[in-house]
Amino acid sequence: METHDDASIDKHVRTYLAVFGSLLVLTLLTVWVSTLEHSVAIGVAIALFIATVKAGLVASYFMHLLSERKVIYGVMALTVFFFLAVLLLPVLTAANGIGS
Amino acid sequence: MSHAIPFTVEARPDTGLNNVKLGIWLFLASEVMLFGALFAGYILLRVGNPEWPMGHTILNVPLATVNTVVLITSSVTMVMSWTSLLRKNLGRFRLYMGVTVGLGFVFLTIKYFEYSAKFHHNLLPSTNTFLAIYFTLTGLHMLHVVGGMVVNAYLLGPGSKMWRTEPQQFTNRVEVAGLFWHFVDLVWIFLFPVLYLL
Repeated sequence: METHDDASIDKHVRTYLAVFGSLLVLTLLTVWVSTLEHSVAIGVAIALFIATVKAGLVASYFMHLLSERKVIYGVMALTVFFFLAVLLLPVLTAANGIGS
Repeated sequence: MSHAIPFTVEARPDTGLNNVKLGIWLFLASEVMLFGALFAGYILLRVGNPEWPMGHTILNVPLATVNTVVLITSSVTMVMSWTSLLRKNLGRFRLYMGVTVGLGFVFLTIKYFEYSAKFHHNLLPSTNTFLAIYFTLTGLHMLHVVGGMVVNAYLLGPGSKMWRTEPQQFTNRVEVAGLFWHFVDLVWIFLFPVLYLL
């Protein structure tokens, strides 16, 4: 937040409450979708998609990532890269052997 | 008031950041790697196992849904405690921070009931792979909740003395404590569907 006068704080508080409402709705949506009949792969894709949207809302608005400095974007980009490496390297290494 | 260490409160002109901001984001980056490694472990264990139980057949989905709502609400009250300090309202800050810590206790209480029910039915981390990774992931997350609560309780209690002498620095401390708390909420946002619903 660049300016901290009362009017801009009020606007941000309204945003926080809107995000809160969205997060509650998305949580209930996640639980509801999990009760429907579908394959595991579809279930995983939908659940992770909704979780990513929720995480995006928390990061962008509660953590002010949308209005952060370039340096923090740089730190996050580096983290995402290495996070994907940590996630994919073991799985891809073992992928050939999975199910055999 | 100038500090012995530069950019404690005022931003560096080149990056636009002060030390707390950069410090907490670097720490959160390390936490992403910690939980990311465990999530990768979960994926590997799951796809490598011929049989894997659906989470809702073993775990309590309604309780976990309540816990999800509890943590999301605590994130809102945490950010409201910070905006209260921006509005120079210490009383409001105390109220919102108190609620945040209280909701943390609610989360821990629900987890206590969940865990003890599992142990009562002899469902331990050693019982099978699913339970092993479930207890590891949620146990580590729970430790982070406790850590966050300790910091928040300090800021609510003895730490709030700083408001009288260094209000800007105290406000920044509350902001970065909030960033950690939001991260703890974020991890749960992924843990909940992955472990309980899939």
